[in-house]
Amino acid sequence: MSSTDISINKDVHHAHEEHDHHHDQNFFEKYIFSQDHKVIAKQFLFGGIFWGFVGGFLSVIFRLQLGWPEATFAFLEPIFGGWIVNGKLDPEFYLALVTMHGTIMVFFVLTAGLSGTFSNFLIPLQIGARDMASGFMNMLSFWIFFLASIIMFWSLFLSTGPAGGGWTVYPPLSALPQAISGSGMGMTMWLVSMALFIVSQLLGGVNYITTVINLRTKGMSMTKLPLTIWAFFLTAILGLLSFPVLFSAALLLIFDRSFGTSFYLSDIYIAGEALANTGGSAILFQHLFWFLGHPEVYIVILPTFGIVSEVIATNSRKPIFGYRAMIGSMLGISLLSFVVWAHHMFVTGMNPFLGSVFMFLTLIIAVPSAVKVFNWLATLWRGNIRFTAAMMFAIAFVSLFISGGLTGIILGNSALDIQLHDTYFVIAHFHLVMGAAAFFGMFCGIYHWFPKMFGRMMDEKLGFVHFWLTFLSAYLVFMPMHYIGIAGFPRRYYSWTGFDAFNTFTDLNSFISIAAILGFTAQLIFLFNFIYSIFKGRRATANPWHSNTLEWTTPVNPGHGNWPGEIPTVYRWPYDYSKPGAPEDYIPQNVPFSQTQSSNLPYERDLE
Amino acid sequence: MDMVAKSLGEENNTGGIHPLKFTLWLIIISIIMMFAAFTSAYLVRRAEGNWLEFDLPNIMLISTVIIALSSVTMQLAHNAAANDNIAKLRLMLYLTFGLGIMFLIAQWNGWSELVGNNVYFGGVTSNPSGSFLYVLTGVHGFHLVTGLIYLAIVIVSSLRYKVHSKNMLRIQLCTIYWHFLGGLWLYLYLFLRLNH
Ligand code: HEM
Ligand SMILES: [Cu+2]
Repeated sequence: MSSTDISINKDVHHAHEEHDHHHDQNFFEKYIFSQDHKVIAKQFLFGGIFWGFVGGFLSVIFRLQLGWPEATFAFLEPIFGGWIVNGKLDPEFYLALVTMHGTIMVFFVLTAGLSGTFSNFLIPLQIGARDMASGFMNMLSFWIFFLASIIMFWSLFLSTGPAGGGWTVYPPLSALPQAISGSGMGMTMWLVSMALFIVSQLLGGVNYITTVINLRTKGMSMTKLPLTIWAFFLTAILGLLSFPVLFSAALLLIFDRSFGTSFYLSDIYIAGEALANTGGSAILFQHLFWFLGHPEVYIVILPTFGIVSEVIATNSRKPIFGYRAMIGSMLGISLLSFVVWAHHMFVTGMNPFLGSVFMFLTLIIAVPSAVKVFNWLATLWRGNIRFTAAMMFAIAFVSLFISGGLTGIILGNSALDIQLHDTYFVIAHFHLVMGAAAFFGMFCGIYHWFPKMFGRMMDEKLGFVHFWLTFLSAYLVFMPMHYIGIAGFPRRYYSWTGFDAFNTFTDLNSFISIAAILGFTAQLIFLFNFIYSIFKGRRATANPWHSNTLEWTTPVNPGHGNWPGEIPTVYRWPYDYSKPGAPEDYIPQNVPFSQTQSSNLPYERDLE
Repeated sequence: MDMVAKSLGEENNTGGIHPLKFTLWLIIISIIMMFAAFTSAYLVRRAEGNWLEFDLPNIMLISTVIIALSSVTMQLAHNAAANDNIAKLRLMLYLTFGLGIMFLIAQWNGWSELVGNNVYFGGVTSNPSGSFLYVLTGVHGFHLVTGLIYLAIVIVSSLRYKVHSKNMLRIQLCTIYWHFLGGLWLYLYLFLRLNH
């Protein structure tokens, strides 16, 4: 804890600083146990990509089952061993597959992979800081995530299988090891892994918030921040407030499973036998879970709001439309996200009056969401659009967010939800608005900031191929699901051929599965492009997109401390694109008004 | 252990508060959210009926007094450090530590009293009302142990003459955290009193 001694004596501190710039780090300090935010960001990125492929692979397997329920899959036996019996997927294994797919995608890819990568990478670079407030905590955050990852991954290989109660792990199913094999050891490891995951997210989030509040460079007021930073900041606040609640819920579940308490259990008969547990309430778990769960969906989507705003403004060569409205709507969404959780519980026998209160609050979220969509479209409107791969993903993000958001308004009506709850309509809704949209936002960010991360460009042509295949398959997979969902097709069913009503959908289900396999295959193009470009990509310039934010004022490969000299001072907001009278179509944030007299607006003349 | 990045104290600090102190407040907020979850779950669950009513262990009143006293000694230690009164600082730190241990012992006796009254954490005869009490006190106790560990670190550094008026950060953080733990217990105690 040399920090305390340093902070009282700034001269000593400076000496330390100088020393550090020339200090040669060994391999471990530099790449493994690094405290440099850029390295940690890349660690999260690699982790996220790895998990993305695992999660995607699992979904292809259960899509095989859903698409061809009569077929046998003997060719999978070498991979899954005992889980394939006579070429048929074990039904409990199917449940484990969907559970792990959901858990991995929501938490490990779109929470840790997304925030971990972009918050870590961009916060210090865009606010003008040398690093995160605490590099040590930041490193700890990654390594605890790593440990959580190992435990979760390990659970995939248990002979009793990983957790099988759905990503929402509702008790009593998840609380009783004797219920299904997926509630045994796999569930225990799920809980341990998630507990560690929460600790990791809190360590990271605390750091993001502290850094944004405390370490902004001179001139970087909150209203000059790029929208990315606002988004990451609010994401971290949501996490700080909601993850501890999931922790509490998980802790009580652990006690129920292993210590014989009855928080969630009451009056249960299993295998013809009555359990002793009395007095628990399973609904209690749902309340606690969704108090996290709903903010969690915004933890996933908010960072991409920021990324997409930034990329759309840069590549439309126009200031973002309604900068303050964008901040306001993100604040509104964050606030509202804490008071709508029970829209996931309309059919739990909840008091209908309470249901209508939650319905009302839920529908209000459509307002700030619509403001954002309007602003993105207005930014694109008559812009001087550059169709980079990142920009394609950003525009497609807006499209997916609209398509998925509209069905949210339908689901938010508590009466309509009676028909639609737990059908493929819900699956379609959240995969468009969260799954696909957030993935598109993440790809958008990777293509856009790749040059700053690795000093090289990704291949744009491969990027386009990747984009179009992914975009097509996203809609081909999820659009038909609305249709079968309205028909009442239930989610999480291993086999539906026993129901006459659903047999007519056999072809449609095969079609969805083919599209899903196409979409998964397209990601291999991305993987190739990503790895190839790290080593062999075209070398990047310091500011390849002619962007205004501070990260592009660093060298091509920013070193430890980000700026070799002094940290730049900020004079203007980040969206001075195509300003009338300016010689270039962008003016970086660190250019003082005294140098841009030809383009200054009347009130800016005072600042010259 | 260089907990704070090199960038600190350097060019900028826009927050006007030391980043570590800020971080501590954020951690406190996350702990508050945890207990908010527990106590609201308690209320929701209690409203549903089938709730075993029992008396709170009397000794919990004593532990409340102990932890309040420890907050006083912690504050005195802080003030002694600010006045460079090293002898008094150490004395007060020892006292705080001792009171912290006493608090834990009192809580433990509280648990024994509960068991004596057939209120169990788990098992066939347990009821969520009892289990909740164990969880609330147990999770609070766990955080108190983390507070004691940090307090031990401060004691060690005070023995090395590293805690004084020009080097207050450590003890400031410790004082904030300790007062928080005391306040948290006070809240839990009142909460349990009112909802029994
Ligand atoms: C206009 C805004 C939105 C509204 C009104 C809305 C409404 C709803 C409702 C009522 C449900 C519950 C359906 C059911 O289970 O019967 C739901 C499910 C869900 N929503 Fe949304 N939503 C909106 C936007 C979003 C966004 C932006 C995301 C994520 C980024 C999201 C992610 C999800 C997820 C993950 C689920 C399903 C969770 C599960 O049961 O596994 N929603 N939504
Ligand atoms: Cu929701």
